[in-house]
Amino acid sequence: MKQLSAAEPVIEIRNLCVTYRSRGARKPEPAAVKNLSLSVRSGEVFGFLGPNGAGKTTTMNALLGFINASSGDAFLFGTNVREPIARQRIGYLPELTYYYKFLTAEELLRFYARIFGIPKPETERRIDLVLKLVELEGVRRRTIKTYSKGMQQRVGLAQALINDPDLLILDEPTSGLDPIGRMKVREIIARLKDEGKTVFFSSHELGEVETVCDRVAILHQGQLKVEGRVGELAECHQCNLEQLFLKVIGYHQPGPALAPSDLENAGYRGASSLQCSPTPKLRQAT
Amino acid sequence: MKNILAVSSIVIKELYRRKDFYVLFILTALICLVMASVRIFNDDKIVRYLKEICLLLVWLASLVIAITTTARQIPAERENRTLLPLLAKPLSRTELLLGKFLGCWLACGLALVCFYLFFGLLAGSREHHWPVTNYLQAGGLHWAMLGMVIALTLLGSLVFSAPSSNVTICFVIVSGILLLGRHLNKVALALPEPRRSLLYSLYYAIPHLELFDVRDLIIHNWPPIAWRVCALATLYALAYAAGFLIAACLVFRRRALN
Repeated sequence: MKQLSAAEPVIEIRNLCVTYRSRGARKPEPAAVKNLSLSVRSGEVFGFLGPNGAGKTTTMNALLGFINASSGDAFLFGTNVREPIARQRIGYLPELTYYYKFLTAEELLRFYARIFGIPKPETERRIDLVLKLVELEGVRRRTIKTYSKGMQQRVGLAQALINDPDLLILDEPTSGLDPIGRMKVREIIARLKDEGKTVFFSSHELGEVETVCDRVAILHQGQLKVEGRVGELAECHQCNLEQLFLKVIGYHQPGPALAPSDLENAGYRGASSLQCSPTPKLRQAT
Repeated sequence: MKNILAVSSIVIKELYRRKDFYVLFILTALICLVMASVRIFNDDKIVRYLKEICLLLVWLASLVIAITTTARQIPAERENRTLLPLLAKPLSRTELLLGKFLGCWLACGLALVCFYLFFGLLAGSREHHWPVTNYLQAGGLHWAMLGMVIALTLLGSLVFSAPSSNVTICFVIVSGILLLGRHLNKVALALPEPRRSLLYSLYYAIPHLELFDVRDLIIHNWPPIAWRVCALATLYALAYAAGFLIAACLVFRRRALN
């Protein structure tokens, strides 16, 4: 695998299009992801936002090689995602996964470590470390079927960290967690950021995205609507991420209007194509 | 290879941590023990019937274990979404399938060892005769046959989304081949063209699982088969298993996981 310099993107998506084909359908389904181009640099925490059905998980699935793109390319550390080796330095936490119920947490982690080819002494050290990080040390020898939902999510996070990845891809890591669970996940992401890891995650919790992310991208109906740094938006427009998100997806709520030119000035790509209504009229985009 | 072994180790762990195998083993053992305690025609030496029925039970139990264990592998991974973190690691889909196949095959091999050991002890205690070579050949060919069944079921689990439909179809196919496979050519002779050619083609295309049924070696204490024949039969089984696995890899290769 290529060794990248700090300036080179860890994730690079070029003109990605994904169209699902349903069996027996005469007309092709509308594209789930349309001409998406995106890059994430080393050490960044990147928030991938969008309403349900926007194409976030589809993009992640294409990025991980689970589905084949209709056109375009995706690269992880400069290697095409079609190559299994591209996944050597990544950790992935999918949404709502029920890990092997008959295994204990440490057995599960040992299994995943074996796939990464981590030597045995190093495996044991990594297991101790990640279980401590996700606070599951006390239950490491209990089978996963006895775990609560929050504990299962933390086991998922532990498996994503077992290979000490340089890039973490998290699909709604806080979904279904209680406030304490969410706070813990946020803390873990913040700690990983301090360690210089790159984190690419999708979430519906805009507050947490605003807290932990360096950059965000908002996807709507498969298209990238906005991409840029969180801090710059807040500073230039006195507008929080939630307000921006609602405007981008065409759902208006009372509040200060945001001109597309303001977004462009703040470094948000594609903002000029946005149609922000100056009237505080509440309507649902169709 | 390490990835294939890692995946197979999980399948083996699953088999001995689930209740299915123990239930089947205890059930088979109980039936065999009850039958062994019955004195047929008041003669202790008649154990042929006992061996025949007990071996049939062992065959049925092994087929149940092989088909049900294999049929749930990929659908369970998809349903619980564990397929995603697994394939997000440097593990190819081919390695995953091969790991599943190897795991199921080894797990069934372990189950067979338990069944044959128990059966051997039971039959030996009545007969005071231990035809080890016969047991090795019958068990080995039985295991080779299960390899074909497992590969077929794995392919079925990728084609049929519901494990229950896959299990039913696999049981029908396997039972059909075991019961009727050897008669297909004779039936074909009585048919007009083109049905005759079609049935002949089917006769040569299907894996002849019945060739691996050498229970009579144990039941009648016949002399062992030549090892060369055993080796050829094993090669035949491996070729069919490889064919099914290649088909499974081709189906799985382009399958979207979402």
